[in-house]
Amino acid sequence: MRIPCPYCGARDASEFAYLGDATLTRPDPAAPDAADAFHDYVYLRDNPAGAHSEWWYHSGGCRRWLKVTRDTTSHAIAGAELAGGAK
Amino acid sequence: MSRLPSSGLVDRTRPLNFSFDGKNYRGFAGDTLASALLANQVRLVGRSFKYHRPRGILTAGPEEPNALVELRSGARREPNTRATVAELYDGLDATSQNRWPSLALDALSLNGLVAPFLGAGFYYKTFMWPASFWEKLYEPVIRRAAGLGRAAEGEDPDHYEKANAFCDVLVIGAGPAGLMAALAAGRAGARVILADEDFLAGGRLNSDVARIGDEPGPAFAARTVAELASLPNVRIMTRTSVFGVYDGEYGAVERVSDHLATPAPFQPRQLLWKITAKRAILCAGATERPIVFGGNDRPGVMLAGAARSYANRYGVAVGKSVAFFANNDSAWTSAFDLKAAGVNVTTLIDIRREVAPVLAARAKALGIDARTDTQVTGTTGQPIGGGLTGLAIRTAGHGGRIAADTLAMSGGWSPSVHLTCHHGGKPVWRDDIAAFVPGGIPPGMTVAGAARGTYGLGDILAEGARQGGEAAGDLGFAASLPALPPTEETPAGITAFWHVQGSKGPAFVDQQNDVTAKDLGIAFKEGFRAVELMKRYTTLGMATDQGRTSNVNGLAIMAELTGASIMETGTTIFRPPYTPVSLGVLGGHHRGKDFRPTRLTPTHAWAAERGAVFIETGPWLRAQYFPKAGEADWLTTVNREVKAVRASVGLIDVSTFGKIDLQGPDVGAFLDRVYINTFSTLAVGKARYGVMLREDGIVMDDGTTARLGPEHYVMTTTTANAAKVYQHLEFCLQVLWPELDVTLASVSEQWAQIAIAGPRSREVLARVVDAGVDVSNEGLPFMGAVERTVMGGVKARLFRLSFSGELGYEIAVPARQGEALARALMAAGEEFGITPYGIEALGVMRIEKGHVSGNELSGQTSAGDLGFGKMASTKKDYIGRVLAARPGIADPERPCLIGFKPVDPSQRLRAGAHFLKLGAPADMAHDEGYMTSVAHSPHLGHWIGLGLLKNGPQRIGERVRAYDPVRGNDFEVEVCSPGFIDPNGERLRG
Ligand SMILES: [Zn+2]
Repeated sequence: MRIPCPYCGARDASEFAYLGDATLTRPDPAAPDAADAFHDYVYLRDNPAGAHSEWWYHSGGCRRWLKVTRDTTSHAIAGAELAGGAK
Repeated sequence: MSRLPSSGLVDRTRPLNFSFDGKNYRGFAGDTLASALLANQVRLVGRSFKYHRPRGILTAGPEEPNALVELRSGARREPNTRATVAELYDGLDATSQNRWPSLALDALSLNGLVAPFLGAGFYYKTFMWPASFWEKLYEPVIRRAAGLGRAAEGEDPDHYEKANAFCDVLVIGAGPAGLMAALAAGRAGARVILADEDFLAGGRLNSDVARIGDEPGPAFAARTVAELASLPNVRIMTRTSVFGVYDGEYGAVERVSDHLATPAPFQPRQLLWKITAKRAILCAGATERPIVFGGNDRPGVMLAGAARSYANRYGVAVGKSVAFFANNDSAWTSAFDLKAAGVNVTTLIDIRREVAPVLAARAKALGIDARTDTQVTGTTGQPIGGGLTGLAIRTAGHGGRIAADTLAMSGGWSPSVHLTCHHGGKPVWRDDIAAFVPGGIPPGMTVAGAARGTYGLGDILAEGARQGGEAAGDLGFAASLPALPPTEETPAGITAFWHVQGSKGPAFVDQQNDVTAKDLGIAFKEGFRAVELMKRYTTLGMATDQGRTSNVNGLAIMAELTGASIMETGTTIFRPPYTPVSLGVLGGHHRGKDFRPTRLTPTHAWAAERGAVFIETGPWLRAQYFPKAGEADWLTTVNREVKAVRASVGLIDVSTFGKIDLQGPDVGAFLDRVYINTFSTLAVGKARYGVMLREDGIVMDDGTTARLGPEHYVMTTTTANAAKVYQHLEFCLQVLWPELDVTLASVSEQWAQIAIAGPRSREVLARVVDAGVDVSNEGLPFMGAVERTVMGGVKARLFRLSFSGELGYEIAVPARQGEALARALMAAGEEFGITPYGIEALGVMRIEKGHVSGNELSGQTSAGDLGFGKMASTKKDYIGRVLAARPGIADPERPCLIGFKPVDPSQRLRAGAHFLKLGAPADMAHDEGYMTSVAHSPHLGHWIGLGLLKNGPQRIGERVRAYDPVRGNDFEVEVCSPGFIDPNGERLRG
């Protein structure tokens, strides 16, 4: 499997570290329901069959976190973008 | 000799000597071990897996189930090598397997008499018997009786490599389809890799010798290969098996040196390829099927296409009187080829009532006795070795006998669909050719030729050329298809037929695992009818050949039994690898000390010079201790090192800690969010100890972080977590808070760092810093962190930190200066008897001081558990804060860090011992925590420990039971403060 890193080009998956679901947002720690929200954020994950947006870290390359769209049923990668916008 | 006078592609000018079971023989360059054995009339080559039945050579290719040998000897001995693909070399040394005392006279062939015991499901049924019977009686007997070759006892002396290759079009298989596909894509300019398992490209062209244009098949193949070799964009990889289809990549193993007695200097034995290809064209051909009938496993019974291959490619007559048994036309062509090559073909037996008139006429013209509507119902053989002597046949209900030393059989052909299934594709049954063809195909792959069920030679060439051209065209190359010369076509009719009913003797379906048609009947009766269950219950297709010659017959017979169609019955799942791949090549260089890279500290050479004993800590090799002559054991050495530090001064390389440079206006704010305590208020020139949590509230790591300038911090992490913490910080910055203006760099490799500790350490430091650098208690107070120069202008960072509890400093210099710094400190400290110490002494001193380390940062402990609860800021949010407040983690009853000493000072404490209240039973319900770290304290003269104990800090002075059933220890310890030395920290600040 190769991941198209916006900096480095198509690189082998072994250069990357996987984290998981990239659709989650860290909850507001000051919110009254923060405890529940953080529980869901840390522990609850969907397990979709099909397109999945996920975090990959290019540890063996540019050290950027990438948001990669991967089909979990075929490993086909639709695209990858830098986290948080380029800077 | 049964070498034919003239035919074949072997080089008769290059004879090769080899031995089999200690006897010497001669073959030619271009032979396989199997063809050379047949040329020397060796027909019995092994004993079968369970029943020790005599077995010969069934095939001429990688699908061989029987002719497995041990190749080479000593540490290079390689069991279960298929003689049909083992390329002959001078001095080749092979031994038959699974026989005792000799191949011809095998005592354990009596196993055949207890065949019912070893029948279908025998593993499962035997396990049902009393367990002690299994362990003491059956298992040793079966282990001795059943089996294949022996693994080598010595370490493999050869080495293995891994490599990557990239291409536009990967062509798998260099038969007629593959050659044309490679030619079309190669001429168009695409980067092509053509891979083939065989050492000679050409596939069936070398065995069939059908004419293409005005040349025989082998000449056409050789000419095409020569053109491909001349194209700079085409790479031909023979002796290379593509064994797996992954995600846009293909796994392949190249047998670089298997055809040599020993690899050439600096050459690997085998090479593991990862081939990244935009397109792949599978041209893997087809495998012939045996027919299932009684006695079909005798030496002398082989596949018809194999007999043809031995005649045409190797110039070998497989027997003196050869009969054929078939349900299809290809076997007739094979028979005609043998006859034309000079082999005595006597009889053609076909189950069909009628065959194409052209075939019948040709048989008649060649003087072959053709018998249609006839089946082979049994075989007879020699009393010793079992070689075939005759056949029982049945024609339209009437029996008869035929003398023959060889029977060439064909039940039709199975396309080699394996690689098409590696993404979950299911093959589809085609009645017209009685075979499975590819169903769902992996993305980027197409299939051409016999692998797709296309059997006519002209059609195969056209299909290969078209797909090669299309693949190149898809990738933007302008392809013009190669001209397709006229081909010699042969009939390919078939009537599906699997199993001779009412035949005599065991009728083998899977010869390698000794599975018979009767075993399938048992599986059916006992309810194991689904194909995956049948496979596991009978072990059909589960041997090293993965059922290449047996799977389709097995499921066809099961389909007959259940009355379902073959398509409904379905195939078992084909998974990678397609062919056996050695563990050696998968491991490559990653074995022994090269299993992973070894990282050496900047002072490694200096430590080695001083006789340090090294130990692996993660990827690092660190000095464990520095023994002196006359010291009895490591503990003596470590005690000396600890005492020297506490009495005067010592030094240790601490470069392995992770070091992260952080710069930017928001670093302080950023650190406040990742540490439980506050760093934005840290003064420039000071360092602070910090603890960071995971988002689930558990401690991730600890270390000191110093502020070198208003917008410049440098963080240290533990050795083990350096990479993990860096990745975490990048995640926080890039994903969680991209608005923060902070830049990170890992500088672990750039800086060497040496700690000096002990009451004389300041005096030592003063002698290595440059003139004017103030290291007094006022100039560099406790937790001070400054950038200065040492050793005459070498830039350095000076930190006044202590892990040992003594006055201490850490001095960081550019990594290349690390060794010089160690030597300079040794010289500066000579007068004080400066002592190098290793990580054992470091560990003793941190336990004496009550500092946590990896054993306590176990991924299960909270900040509160480790006594850092009060450090946590309540004025800000930080990673892990919310979930650290969960009741389960905030529970005051949780085991907390505390110290321990044995009530009887002579007792040795052990990490891992569990704590129980005195008198409480030793069970999980009464477990109160466990000992995490222990050390012998030379200062106190007895063992001390740190551990996690329920309500630990409230129980100082209480005695508890330290229970360690693993080592058989059970004694009382006293709970005490974890600060065994200088609890008020006066030494640090002095
Ligand atoms: Zn990158």
